[in-house]
Formats: sequence, structure tokens, C-alpha cells
Amino acid sequence: MTVQLHSGDVVLVVAVFFASAVEGVEALTIVLAVGVTRGWRSALEGLAAALVVLAALVALLGPALVHYVPLSTLRLVVGGLLLVFGLQWVRKAVLRAAGLMAKHDEDAIYARQVAALSTGAGGAAARPARPARPARPGRERDPTAFVVAFKGVFLEGLEVVVVVVTLGSTSHRLGLAAVVAALAVVVVGAVGLVVARQLSAVPENALKMGVGLMLVSFGTFWSGEGVGVHWPGSDLAIPVLVAVYGALAWALTAAVRPSPAAGAATTAGGGGAR
Amino acid sequence: MPAEPAGGAPSLPLRWLSAFGRFWWEFLIGETPELFVGAVAAVAVAALICTAGRARTWAGVVLVVLVALLLALSVWRAARRAP
Repeated sequence: MTVQLHSGDVVLVVAVFFASAVEGVEALTIVLAVGVTRGWRSALEGLAAALVVLAALVALLGPALVHYVPLSTLRLVVGGLLLVFGLQWVRKAVLRAAGLMAKHDEDAIYARQVAALSTGAGGAAARPARPARPARPGRERDPTAFVVAFKGVFLEGLEVVVVVVTLGSTSHRLGLAAVVAALAVVVVGAVGLVVARQLSAVPENALKMGVGLMLVSFGTFWSGEGVGVHWPGSDLAIPVLVAVYGALAWALTAAVRPSPAAGAATTAGGGGAR
Repeated sequence: MPAEPAGGAPSLPLRWLSAFGRFWWEFLIGETPELFVGAVAAVAVAALICTAGRARTWAGVVLVVLVALLLALSVWRAARRAP
């Protein structure tokens, strides 16, 4: 085992763990809202069903990619995918850090979900005819609660699946990536039990910035390898790329952050809220 | 997005296909088509440099610079559009 492999593995573990944790927090917000409002039985069943489907996707897609797609093609396609995905994360994180975009407010999302479920709307899975709450919350099966919890966990989890399958299969560390993602979900679940609704305390934008930088770095590295780029130091180029893109993100945040005077003028003009 | 057939809702496979397409569209393009197009173009330029000559290390440098410019351009555009 060489030092180069270690550096690649460390970046892989950190990227998968924090990507899974960030999406886990978002999924947990929905499950908590469903559980508190409509009862825990169907909320937890929805959560469990979504986790099973997501695990099956990783188990099916990962080995299939490794066995049937040539490595250079895999690296080119996966690298390109991660590059685009990571650039989107970093762009949003920079805009949020600069105050140009509203931060992801888990408390507000939780409040919206609770309000929607309490009136029977059920968020995206609207069922206006349903009663507000089951007669004995938590004891009876509640299709709305199941669907909302399943959909929330599944959609947030799909991003984790993409990260695990792409990072894991391309670096031949699918097992490691899957274990790290599962560990992140367990940690987020345990923290969620302790802090309950104080999910807004999680520094989500900083985590997203870090994960985005790693995804962009992996994406650059692998798409480059896929087209024949020679990276000096091989895998050691990845941490260097993270540092370069990190410096760029910091500079961009400072460059586009409105000056306090401009912010005061905007607020005085009634356009301060974003 | 597929059009709804007259006289009823689209069939289940059609809805699944539509949702699948929507997911990937949102995932890859969403509100930042410039990032998708720019990333593909940056990788294509790196591929051209690798194919044309022996400057494979420089192709990596060009790729990083193009990706950095792409991110800066996208952030700058969003900042200009912000109220």
C-alpha cells in the first residue's frame, strides 16, 4: 500500500461521509416532521423502505459499472458527472456564504412539512381528502405519512447513491464508499435522536462547500484521466486540486459578497430579504 | 416533458419515464446549464490537447484553469442577477 493510495482513500472517505451526512440531515428533517405529525410507525416504515431500495440500487449499479464498463470510459463519464454535480454544489455554497442566496433552513423546512401534514396536504404527496391526523397516531398505517417519508428519504438518498456508486466504482472502493455512507446515515440518525428538531445547528453550508470542492476535484481528476491527462503525483494531485478550488471558492465568496454599505442601502430600499 | 394524452392521465410507465427524465435534467442541468455545457467543453479541450500532442500534463493544467473560469463565470452571473 502506497502513500498515494492512502491520500485518495482519505479524500474519498471524507467526500462520501459528508455528502451522505448533508443529505441525511435533509431526509431526517422530513422523517421527523412526518413522525411527529402523523405518527412514527408509517414514517419509519417509509424510511426503512427507502433505505432498502437505495441499498439495492448501490448493490446493483456499482458492480455492474465496474464489470461491464471500461475503466477509462467509466472515469470520463463519472468524472464529468461529478464535475457538473460538484460545480453546482460549490456555486450554491459560495452564493450562500456571500449572502446572495438564502441558506438552507432546516427549521423552516420542518415547520412547513408539519403545517402541510397537519392540514392533510402532505407536501408533494397531496391528498386533500385525508383527515388531518390518524385516530391513534403512530399505531395505524398512514399512507400519506409512508409516502412522504419514503419520497423524502428516497430523493435525498438518490444523490448519496450517485456519489457512492460513482466515487466507489471508479476508485474500486465501492465497499468502502457504501460502508462510509451507511456510517454517516447512522451518525446523522443518532444525532437526530439527540438534538431532535435542532437540525439548523448543523453547519450545512460549510459541509456542502467542502463536499462540493471534493466532488469538483475528483471530477477534474477522473475526467482528465479518462481523456489521457497525466497528473503529476498521480492520486496526490487530488488534495492539491481541493486546495486550489478551495482558494478559488474563498476568493469568489469575498469578491461577490455585497459591501456593508450596499447591504444597508438595499435594506433601506426594502429589498433586503432573500 | 411528454404531453398528457387526451382523455386521461398518462400511463404509469410514461409517468415513471417522465419523472426519471426530470430527475436527470434537474440533477445535471437545472438552473445552471452553463455549468453542464462548460464542463463538457473543458473536458473536450483537454481531450483535444492530449490527442494532438504529448502535453498531457499541460492538458491537466488547462482543464483546471477552464473549470476555475467556469465556476467564476457562473458565480459572477448569479451575483449580477441577485437583487
